[in-house]
Amino acid sequence: MEELISLAVKAVFVENLALSFFLGMCTFLAVSKKISTAIGLGVSVMVVQLITVPTNYLLLTFLLAPGALAWAGFPNVDLTFLGLICYIGVIAAMVQILEMVLDKFFPPLYNALGVFLPLITVNCAILGGSLFMVERDYNFAESMTYGLSSGFGWALAIAAMAGVREKLKYSDIPDGLQGLGITFISAGLMALAFMSFSGVKL
Amino acid sequence: MAQTKKTLLTQPLVDNNPITLQVLGICSALAVTSSLQVALVMALAVTAVTGFASMFISVLRNQIPGSIRIIVQMVIIASLVIIVDQVLKAYAYDVSKTLSVFVGLIITNCIVMGRAEAFAMKNPPIDSFIDGVGNGLGYGALLLVVGFIRELFGAGSLFGITIFETVNNGGWYVPNGMLLLPPSAFFIIGLLIWAIRSWKPKQVEEREYKIQTVEGH
Repeated sequence: MEELISLAVKAVFVENLALSFFLGMCTFLAVSKKISTAIGLGVSVMVVQLITVPTNYLLLTFLLAPGALAWAGFPNVDLTFLGLICYIGVIAAMVQILEMVLDKFFPPLYNALGVFLPLITVNCAILGGSLFMVERDYNFAESMTYGLSSGFGWALAIAAMAGVREKLKYSDIPDGLQGLGITFISAGLMALAFMSFSGVKL
Repeated sequence: MAQTKKTLLTQPLVDNNPITLQVLGICSALAVTSSLQVALVMALAVTAVTGFASMFISVLRNQIPGSIRIIVQMVIIASLVIIVDQVLKAYAYDVSKTLSVFVGLIITNCIVMGRAEAFAMKNPPIDSFIDGVGNGLGYGALLLVVGFIRELFGAGSLFGITIFETVNNGGWYVPNGMLLLPPSAFFIIGLLIWAIRSWKPKQVEEREYKIQTVEGH
């Protein structure tokens, strides 16, 4: 249990997907103009991460890893090279299913998140989460914790960024830095702030 | 075709750079630039994938039904990325270890998807290939500039060969450790955008709010 908490804290703060691995940067910069939309997107990323990382873990252990097909009578088959295409397939399918489920059972939530869901398929934070899970050999409980907390970390980062940008639009910025330039520099300052968490161990 | 093949290739380098103007593919641009060698490999990989993905998608553009085009594009891109990944593992294992997940993340690199959607679906294969390569090179150029600054001033070397002898090795150069840390990439790209936009004022974004100056102050 302690290990899981430590993993979660690490994934939220020290190894924040957005600010220390720069994953999901395109959407991070594009959708962080208003706090409310940023939070909506952040929550959807969190939900999708929570579902896809454990699903991809199951896919890896029971279908792709070397010897994983032993239950089907193919103990010598190693399909890990198909990993990338399977993960992205799972992500695209999950996003689609989530969209349909939300539409059917939680229409208000669907209306709030609807526009962002398709964006999430091509959000590298999601695929990155799955790939980190593979690279670091997480087990099922760990991959679930990692999925949830890395998604939360990303949501936290984009909400904070939107807060900064809402204030920033009133400031007097040099012409060339207007828009994208100043956003990069403030994201850099935020990343520096998040680095102060490194070394925190629980 | 209003655009000639040459402008297709050169336009994305500065005038319509995928990173500084189209805001595509930033994720990997920041993460893999701490040394020049890694940045170079990544730039080549992305250029190859963008070029060929645009070409294949353009070849198939009349066969792909509109409603499932995203999935078809994803499959083409993912197959190309798997090839690149396997080639890197076979011939440049060390670099592929350093790049870790970022090779896989070329799939979700918005440049590839963006060019496929915006250009390859409407244009013939050869033009699409050139456009893809051009955008890959525009991305690569920025990657190399950032990698150059970060490695030269952060570690005093280029491609792993010492240029400035660092203090630790008995030289004179005190390396700026911050440049090897992730946040520095944000600052460098931010400043590069500033430089490019001062050079080409057309790219400057409109202000959302005008600041009023009061007369007499």
